[in-house]
Amino acid sequence: MRGRPLLHTSYEGDQSILNTMTKRLAMSLFLAFLIAVPFFAVGTIGSEGNLPGPDFLASGDWLRLLSTVGIYAIGALGLNILTGLAGQVSLGHAFFMGLGAYSAAILGAPQGALWGLGLPMWIWLPGAGIIAALVGILVAPTAVRVRGLYLAIVTLGLVFIGEYLWRNLDFITGGSQSGRGHPDFAFRLWKEGKALIDLSSDGTWFGFLNLSAQAKTYLLVLLLTVLLVLISKNIERTRVGRAFMSIRDRDIAAEVMGVNEFRYKTTAFAISSSFAGLSGALLASLVGRTIPETWNLFLSVEFIAIILIGGVGTVTGAILGTVFVIILPRLVQDFTNWMQRIVESGDGLLAGLFDVVVSTGPDNFGLINTSAGVAPGLGIDQLNLVIYGLLIIGFLIFEPLGLYGIWLRIRNYWKGWPFTY
Amino acid sequence: MTPDLLILAQEGATGSAAAQALVTGLSLGSIYALLAMGFVIIFKATQVLNFAHGALAALGAFLVAALATILDIPGRLFPGWPAWITWVVSLLLALVVAALIGMALERIFIRPMVGEELFAIAIVTLGLDIVIRTILNDFIGVSARPLGNPWGIEVVDLDWVRVAHTEIAQIAVTVALVVGIALFFRTRTGVAMRATAFDQEAARAQGIDVGRIFSLSWGIGAMLAAVAGVFLSVHPRGPAGVSQQTPFVAFAAFPAIVLGGLDSVVGAVVGGFIIGLVQSYSSFLPWAFLGSGFGGVVPYLIMLIVLLIRPYGLFGTEEIRRV
Repeated sequence: MRGRPLLHTSYEGDQSILNTMTKRLAMSLFLAFLIAVPFFAVGTIGSEGNLPGPDFLASGDWLRLLSTVGIYAIGALGLNILTGLAGQVSLGHAFFMGLGAYSAAILGAPQGALWGLGLPMWIWLPGAGIIAALVGILVAPTAVRVRGLYLAIVTLGLVFIGEYLWRNLDFITGGSQSGRGHPDFAFRLWKEGKALIDLSSDGTWFGFLNLSAQAKTYLLVLLLTVLLVLISKNIERTRVGRAFMSIRDRDIAAEVMGVNEFRYKTTAFAISSSFAGLSGALLASLVGRTIPETWNLFLSVEFIAIILIGGVGTVTGAILGTVFVIILPRLVQDFTNWMQRIVESGDGLLAGLFDVVVSTGPDNFGLINTSAGVAPGLGIDQLNLVIYGLLIIGFLIFEPLGLYGIWLRIRNYWKGWPFTY
Repeated sequence: MTPDLLILAQEGATGSAAAQALVTGLSLGSIYALLAMGFVIIFKATQVLNFAHGALAALGAFLVAALATILDIPGRLFPGWPAWITWVVSLLLALVVAALIGMALERIFIRPMVGEELFAIAIVTLGLDIVIRTILNDFIGVSARPLGNPWGIEVVDLDWVRVAHTEIAQIAVTVALVVGIALFFRTRTGVAMRATAFDQEAARAQGIDVGRIFSLSWGIGAMLAAVAGVFLSVHPRGPAGVSQQTPFVAFAAFPAIVLGGLDSVVGAVVGGFIIGLVQSYSSFLPWAFLGSGFGGVVPYLIMLIVLLIRPYGLFGTEEIRRV
């Protein structure tokens, strides 16, 4: 139906993920851009030249940041299924992430002072998800019995119990002092020494693509993220997802309609935990070495913040929220450093303005400082925490639908433009 | 996670260990009871699960430290007065400021959320917790800030048990506050608060200023949290004073709250003492193989077990589910 993008003549057309031409086109372009990102770097293709594009994104630290976004997005998608679709508030996400990370370490890391089986990635990565899902099923009966705000506190307890476990199971986790190393990203058929595809060191693919380790990791994470986005989208628009939503909206009514509450809540926990497990395993491998305190309450809060800022109950929201929450600290840091450079470079209107904000020495007043502890004011990490807390509050008070809600409003404005409706 | 909480249980090995653990447990329990009571009052009146309660406790303790030792305001105003009087003056001032901060937080951040999902409001307080804690930590700095309290580290040595003066003060203050709150609920304002807790709209229809009750409950809650924070920051619970760890210690009051039932003041007090006693006694059970920090996890384990048997806590009201 040309010119009538919203007229669907079949159920398939109505239910498809990208149900208009514009969406299909925009998504293809966006995906193509994401795949192209690592090739923007100078010297990637052949011996000279690179794709025209924002090559700062292709620098090592930005690629790493983008990989982190992908990994957090996987965790956020999981929490979105549990909290956004099934309506079960969980502060225990960090526990399942830690579980995934340590399962992956036992399965994938070589045997040393700590436990490790040295199995290949095609076992340890799904293994992390499966073990987390099994523990999720074990925990679920408690969660089914306990409702609403009580559940939030029970899952809070899960994080503290988990942290205690990780600290004391030091033959697995290495304890608080040294932590433990995690398996590399590399494809092997079995335990052979040379990897079939090595994703954690620089190298050349197909003879002409010179890719850095970060670029390879990024491509792997991108692939997995896209895969899991598709899975969550399909959960959302099929029988299971509708059952989740009916439980979220009114659990007794759902039961009356024949939705087995126990079964579906357990399913929601299992799916969400397996996403968290995968995300934890990937995050630990990306970081390389973790201590038990990595998997603390703050990580859980971060995921709650991601789905709230993005927009609860939508896949798009989970992705938008992750991008926002992970990239923002970096932008704040860059901006603060830029302000400090201006202040230090001397006078001008901006320098005077920024001098009030940035403190550069022990006797220079300012709200922010770049060398924590020496000068007055909040350090950048602390500043990020405050911004982050205020963002959670601000979004909940002013825009409960999150970034997704803002996007909807912008879209609807242009849909009707120049009319207001 | 919970450093130094059980310090006296080990020190008092000269006397009867069981009696010593009882004292520690009662004192710990009274702190949890104070935290839980403030929390439950806020929850009952406004339906807000206040995750920022630990931060408010630390804030209250820091206000005392700031007024009594760092700035020493009453000491400068009335140089001739004995030290303990100026300290009590700073304490009272700090409590008033804490209550005002609690009311301000409610007015600015919680009031706009009235009518929203309870979960969303709980997450707002989680955001508040991050903001308050981060800014407070910047003020506190790396090392603990002493409160300069008049009890010091004095102990009453009864031969079979050693009781710190602060512990006597704690238990006495807690009993006084519990009785005070119980009496308060019988006054006109207290009845209004109970009516609001029961049904906000009906209370409003009876001419009760629900907004004022909200403010009041946050004020009382923040003040009780501040008292608990002070006791968490003096010998023997936190010998060095208020530190960056104090809000986390206060997190251990959550199991007490859930144990007693989120909406029961009696439950909060009972739950607080149960958790305190069990935590104290668990420290000298022969459980070395369970590793370090087990005392910190015990409250959560008890909470899980109780919730499996009674999903609404010991004294909580069961939610009636309608279609």
